[in-house]
Amino acid sequence: MNVLKCDACGYENSVGTTICNKCGNPLDRNKQNELLNMRYDGRSIRSKSKNKTIVDKIWNFFSSVKVGVSLIAIALVASAIGTIFPQKMYIPTTVSPAEHYREEYGIVGQIYYQLGFHELYSSTWYMILIALIGMSIFIVSLDRGIPLYRALTKQNPIRHVRFLERQKLFGKYNNYKQSDVEKLVGNIKKSRYKIYEKDGHILAEKGRFSRWGPYVNHTGLIIFLVGTLLRFFPSMYVDEFVWVREGETAIIPGTHQEYYIENLQFTLEFYGEDPEDEKFQQVLEQENSAIPKHFETKAIIYQNVAEDVIGTEPQLEEVTRGGIIVNEPLQFADLSIYQNSYQLNEFSSMSFTLHTTDSEEELAQFTVDFSNPNSVYELDNGFRIELNNYYPDYVLDDDGPRSQSNYPRNPAFVFFVYPPGEEEPERNFLSIGQNIDPTNENQYKLSLKGFDMREVSGLKVKKDLTLPVLGIGAFIFMIGVVQGMYWQHRRIWIHPKGEELYIAGHTNKNWFGMTNECKKIMEDTPFSMLNDQEKENQENDYT
Amino acid sequence: MSTNPNPRDKKKRNRLIYRSVILIILFAALLFAVISNITKEEEAVQIGEEAPNFQLVHLNGEENQTVRLSDLRGKGVMLNFWATYCEPCEREMPYMESLYPLYKEKGVEIVAISVDATEFVVQQFMDKYNLTFPILHDKKSQVMDAYRIKPLPTTYFIDENGIIVERVLGELSLERLDGYLQQIVPSQ
Repeated sequence: MNVLKCDACGYENSVGTTICNKCGNPLDRNKQNELLNMRYDGRSIRSKSKNKTIVDKIWNFFSSVKVGVSLIAIALVASAIGTIFPQKMYIPTTVSPAEHYREEYGIVGQIYYQLGFHELYSSTWYMILIALIGMSIFIVSLDRGIPLYRALTKQNPIRHVRFLERQKLFGKYNNYKQSDVEKLVGNIKKSRYKIYEKDGHILAEKGRFSRWGPYVNHTGLIIFLVGTLLRFFPSMYVDEFVWVREGETAIIPGTHQEYYIENLQFTLEFYGEDPEDEKFQQVLEQENSAIPKHFETKAIIYQNVAEDVIGTEPQLEEVTRGGIIVNEPLQFADLSIYQNSYQLNEFSSMSFTLHTTDSEEELAQFTVDFSNPNSVYELDNGFRIELNNYYPDYVLDDDGPRSQSNYPRNPAFVFFVYPPGEEEPERNFLSIGQNIDPTNENQYKLSLKGFDMREVSGLKVKKDLTLPVLGIGAFIFMIGVVQGMYWQHRRIWIHPKGEELYIAGHTNKNWFGMTNECKKIMEDTPFSMLNDQEKENQENDYT
Repeated sequence: MSTNPNPRDKKKRNRLIYRSVILIILFAALLFAVISNITKEEEAVQIGEEAPNFQLVHLNGEENQTVRLSDLRGKGVMLNFWATYCEPCEREMPYMESLYPLYKEKGVEIVAISVDATEFVVQQFMDKYNLTFPILHDKKSQVMDAYRIKPLPTTYFIDENGIIVERVLGELSLERLDGYLQQIVPSQ
């Protein structure tokens, strides 16, 4: 049978109950001489009752506080280990992590790497651990919170004498008058207790809501965890990066090609340019390189309103425009564009002059726009320049010249020069600081005349709709902490039995405050202060 | 006896249902978190998904000709993202060119999407290698963004129903290329 019959009132309590749910008779038969354990008001924790099915077994596993605390301990230790060496995201990107950890930190570093601690906080097992803690908190709360709620909302003011006798604060009185009791109850009321009365038995209670503190706290924690889960939805959370060149209109990543950004201008100011920076003169002289003072991208955000298939010409409508500086993002449609970094001095165009090999006299000139180079440049004087090859980011490797990136950082060109009427071109190879005539018989020569530069702005694209959820979770968490920490659940029972009057007091914490409050309540009554039975027991142990 | 079940049994059954439901919800959330975490790094369009449709200018076709992926439905499609400055891309181009006539006959189209900044460098490259399969230019990186391409080359093998059956990050050898193309030959 999984019932525990109360020997005083006959009520059938479930197994695990330590205080009869009806009359308050203590059921912990082998501890009759100790103070009563008031945890969960003696209710049976549901998971501790018999379990048969697999569901019950899993439930009971998570419902165990021991399991919960162990999980938290493991997570704590693992998190601490994760801070011993830098995580993978903080090591140089140019080296392979396997080598880096071995070379920097020796054999310990290698073990660290091989066990996966270099990517601990995003590892699957760490995540599972945190999720299991969440599950444990949830189930523990349900299993303990519900019985506690039931016990505290359906309290019987009549508690068994043995219940009162085994409270920490307890007093037993003879020869009292009913008016004395009334006076006492009046004092209790003045201390803002709520009075429940049944057949002359009295329960005075205050601060019950502080008992819900841990459960409110857990609710907040669970909301917080749900918030972190929401980050996996791209519609809730975006964290991207994009380089945008001056004059360029680029897709804003993470928006499914819905938004575009045009970089109108990137400006960079250094300390020392402004007369008022003179006060920093000394410091600036100590530094070898210039210190940036301000950098800003002037940008326009567009929305693509065309509903055509990807790759077709977008129809851009301006959404907003403005300057983006560090910590002052451009915001639109839940997205924030932050200034993050920059690359200076990328070429945007170069102009060349044509002259004869042995004279500086300019015959004609033309400009190559790197965003859209022409294959042929017809010059005013009848010359035709064919751009035979163009390497935006020129390097010379074993197979000859090639470009190592998309961007005109070190442009090089092969030009074919056709003088008027000629079918055979003269070949010219030009790169920065180089002008090669492969035949050495060229009559005409091209020279670099000038160039335009553009800056590249590095922008971070952020969207985080989970922040309100995290905020609410954290706020509820704090409410729970305050609720449970700064208030206490205090109760006083008054039990008349024939000629005698039993009084007992209990609080879930701060016995010092409770004792002082009882002293104040009983001060001007004939009742002497309640005895602290715990103190007495200790003193008895010594003697 | 079944008409009037014992209230204790009923309570037990309700408890079982309540616990099962909560456990299922919690484990579903756990599973979701784990799967999302594993696939987070791989935001690119995945195997088993339908290849996002696009339309781009066909650089080695007739003037102003465009290629639309959905028009190739019914054929197997090999979609190769590349750039002129990417050496591994350059190495696999001749393999693609050599297998193209054979597989075109079997109903497989090879489409190479260049993510270069200018059309000029792509033209130079096409002339150098005499490429005959369609070369498209994703000038505004729209298709690259839609497929969330990170490393180059990235190659998708799409079956006749438009479903991605294979995705290869990095360089392909002639043998592997042949094997993957084999997989997307239409069945009829």
